[in-house]
Amino acid sequence: MLAWTVYISFLGVLGLMLLPKGNASAARKVAMLSAVAGLLVAVAGFIQFKAGEILTVAKLPWVPSLGIEYHLAADGVSLTLVLLTGLAAVGGILFSWNIEHRAKEFFAFYLALIGGVYGVFLSFDLFLLFVFYEIAIVPKYFIIAIWGSTRKEYGAMKLALYSFVGSAMVLIGLIAAYVVSGAQTMNVLELAKHPFPHSFQVWAFPLVFVGFAILAGMWPFHTWAPTGHVAAPTAASMLLAGVVMKLGAYGCLRVAMTLFPEGLEAWKTWIAVLAVIGIVYGAMVALVQKDFKFVIGYSSVSHMGFVLLGLVTLNTIGLSGAVLQMFSHGIIAGLLFAVVGRMVYERTHTRELSVLEGMNLVKAMPFAAVTFVIAGAASMGLPGFSGFVAELQVLIGAWKAFPTLAVITGVGILIGVAYTLRAIQQAFFGEAKERGAPVPHDDEETKHAEQEIRAPITIPERIGAVLLIGTSLVIGLYPRILLDVIFPSFNSPLFDGLRRVGLQ
Amino acid sequence: MNVSYLELLKLAAPETIVVLTALAALVVDLTSTRDLEARFRFIINGMIACAGCVAAIVWMLVMPAHANALEGMFVVDPLTQVVKIALLGLTLFTVLISMDSTFTEHIGEYLALILLAAVGMMFLVSAEDILMIFISLELTSLSLYILAAFNKRDVNSAEAALKYFLFGGMAAAFTLFGLSLLYGLSGATNLGQIAAALEDKGLDPLLIVAMVMIVLGFGFKVAAVPFHLWAPDAYQGAPTPSAAFIASGSKVASFFIFAKVMMIGFTGGETNGVHEIAGSAAWQQFVSGWTPVVAVVAVLSMLLGNLVAIVQSSVKRLIAYSAIAHAGYMLIGVMAHSGEAVASLVYYAVTYGLTTIGAFGVVAVVEARSKDDQLASFAGLSRRAPVVSLCMMIFMLSLAGIPPLAGFFGKFYVFAAALKTGAPNLGLLWLVILAIAMSAVSFYYYLQVLKQIYVADMPAGAEELRVPVLGQVVLGLIAVGVILLGCAPNLLVGVLQASIKAAGL
Repeated sequence: MLAWTVYISFLGVLGLMLLPKGNASAARKVAMLSAVAGLLVAVAGFIQFKAGEILTVAKLPWVPSLGIEYHLAADGVSLTLVLLTGLAAVGGILFSWNIEHRAKEFFAFYLALIGGVYGVFLSFDLFLLFVFYEIAIVPKYFIIAIWGSTRKEYGAMKLALYSFVGSAMVLIGLIAAYVVSGAQTMNVLELAKHPFPHSFQVWAFPLVFVGFAILAGMWPFHTWAPTGHVAAPTAASMLLAGVVMKLGAYGCLRVAMTLFPEGLEAWKTWIAVLAVIGIVYGAMVALVQKDFKFVIGYSSVSHMGFVLLGLVTLNTIGLSGAVLQMFSHGIIAGLLFAVVGRMVYERTHTRELSVLEGMNLVKAMPFAAVTFVIAGAASMGLPGFSGFVAELQVLIGAWKAFPTLAVITGVGILIGVAYTLRAIQQAFFGEAKERGAPVPHDDEETKHAEQEIRAPITIPERIGAVLLIGTSLVIGLYPRILLDVIFPSFNSPLFDGLRRVGLQ
Repeated sequence: MNVSYLELLKLAAPETIVVLTALAALVVDLTSTRDLEARFRFIINGMIACAGCVAAIVWMLVMPAHANALEGMFVVDPLTQVVKIALLGLTLFTVLISMDSTFTEHIGEYLALILLAAVGMMFLVSAEDILMIFISLELTSLSLYILAAFNKRDVNSAEAALKYFLFGGMAAAFTLFGLSLLYGLSGATNLGQIAAALEDKGLDPLLIVAMVMIVLGFGFKVAAVPFHLWAPDAYQGAPTPSAAFIASGSKVASFFIFAKVMMIGFTGGETNGVHEIAGSAAWQQFVSGWTPVVAVVAVLSMLLGNLVAIVQSSVKRLIAYSAIAHAGYMLIGVMAHSGEAVASLVYYAVTYGLTTIGAFGVVAVVEARSKDDQLASFAGLSRRAPVVSLCMMIFMLSLAGIPPLAGFFGKFYVFAAALKTGAPNLGLLWLVILAIAMSAVSFYYYLQVLKQIYVADMPAGAEELRVPVLGQVVLGLIAVGVILLGCAPNLLVGVLQASIKAAGL
């Protein structure tokens, strides 16, 4: 049944293409319908799932002579991320309800992206996984280049090229692994059993891991992320930070780590160091940004560092923390981008923190302010929100594996608090200009701008905000919903190789 | 030697059908449609040409044959049948995308030349004898030179053809020189006999000269660096459908025969797992032979093709440089010289040819309205002609190797086959890494085209492009073919593997 998440998304694309030109409202509805249906399927799949099993969703021969199969399956990790994709997809459409310019194409690209993402999370055949992975790259370019802002063509091209270079690295590794194993199969369950020679793993692992980690925003390959996020329209930023970066982290876990455990053992310290640099560096850069969206963009780099750190801790608490952090960051970053991109930017037409400071937005748009404060608190890792549980687990895991790095990570968390509070303060609670003349010019233009800022937050925006905040709270207060599914999946035979190199 | 001409005619029936169709198109155009409007003339005679292609395809499907006539002069086996069917399919699509053209009044002659070129390619595919290979190569080339010059109103077309012809003439001379040396060394013209004669000779200096000459000649046909100089000018100056045919059909046939000559004729005895004459291009284990030569050509093609394509502003030139790059990828398949590598090579060449015809078809549509093929002329096309734009997106992404389109599977298959050749040590890995890295570069310039189409604003006052229904249907069909071959590669791969087994390669 879970396979329908993929099919529904692509059916949505087809439906949108058949719609008459220029009917934005119908396009929205078709997209919404398809995203909600996808979410419902994901939720139903999640409820029916028995923890610990590997659920085969579909398994058909595809190119029999090469041993390639159409093999969709799910374990706890993939299911968690499928659920996240469903939520992020619905959220993204709610926050792009006001798109009128070429709306049909926008939602078609959007759903194609979503379909690709679902596909990656469900693929257990590496060829199929790669196919979906690439399907997710192309729409991103068009969504950003056509509907974006601020150097959109540059940001879009940079993002597309970074992704493509990453996937080229992955492809080299996959073909090599396929040939070296000699098993005529791309099934990850089979390949994970194959003992690849140590010398092969030592170069194949970093190739595939870094190839995927580029998309996960690993320092120093993260620079596409802030520019891409800033250039993207709101829904795309939400998806980029929410699910696309998770594609990379998921690939690291599912492909690089399970196939080449000995390679991981050889490289894990290096990767942990890069991850921690990402955490601290991302936070420090976020602290000095002038553009509101860049703050969130760099915070994503910082938070994704936790995911990568959790992955290489090689203990189940760190690993499950990493998966939970993927989910949590997907929700929270989505929410932050929604506030910045949709609620604030589309009303004030600026993202300069110094300009926003003079607008006293807490009065003009209290709902946005409250949402951002909550989202900020969640992002800082305040207990009660999902981020806290996730980052705590990663830290505990890291403490066991790399104590020094765990301490440095603590510094990163502190800086995280600082930049979030600074952004909240400057964007919403500024009072710098209030002492000056309140309304200098009384002409039409200022009045219009004033009106626009005071435009009420629309219903879809409210629903979206409540949905995302609610999810983060529920997971924060009762993380067992996800952990009960994530934890047992590390016992599956897929992780046998990792257990051999010391997964506890 | 006893030759049953009836038997031979039966084996060569598809070729005969195509020749007769070419004559029919000439006669019909001369006698009855000359006074009609150009559009109708194109449609009537084009339909005749298409019918001929379809008839030949049907003949091959209904009457499968497996025979070797006149000691390798004309070999028919399941593999050549598949390649011929693919060639006729490409010819069919070339005819279909020409229907809307206005560059010539000599419609019958134009179609007849396309069909004659196709016949040359079909004979080429069936040849296992160096004489026959040379004759078929010339039949194909001469037809293509004239096709390139067919726009008599445009001086660029003449220039393109002249360049193509001069380079082609030189290359033919080199090929012939190489082939005659080969004959002198082995005393045979049949590829199998040549291989047998060379078996214990090892890498003779004279043989090296012959080998390099032959690689050079074929390198010209497939537009690989450093024999590529004609390609950008010929693609740009020639009438678009002619360029499409040069880029697709001719390439498929040339690559097939290139691989066949190298695999059958130039293997030699085996020492330490390495074929003496083939040598080895494995990293740090180079053994001299023809594979290192081809490796150099492949590396140069991939580098130059991709890097120069980045700065092109004419879409046809861009496709030309990308064609050079694709030749580089395909040469990796030639180098792998295994049965599976041939299957992957044919898959790659056929899907590449199909995609390229589609891309040229879109260029022709735009060119007909805006009079040039500059990137800027494509600005905002997605809002002026949504169907054509969607097709172009599929073609460009397939050329860039984005799944689930045919171009991706082709790359995957060729690279996997190449790695399998040196299986335990992954000898050709360095070439595969270079190829994949370069296809990341190619993604950039293909996106440049799509950026114009989808992202750039329409020029002021631009109206919706009126694309004839037939043109849209043809482009749509090609696009569907590209998607289908990508999503269900087994349609072609299964057939290819079975026929390679049957052909005993």
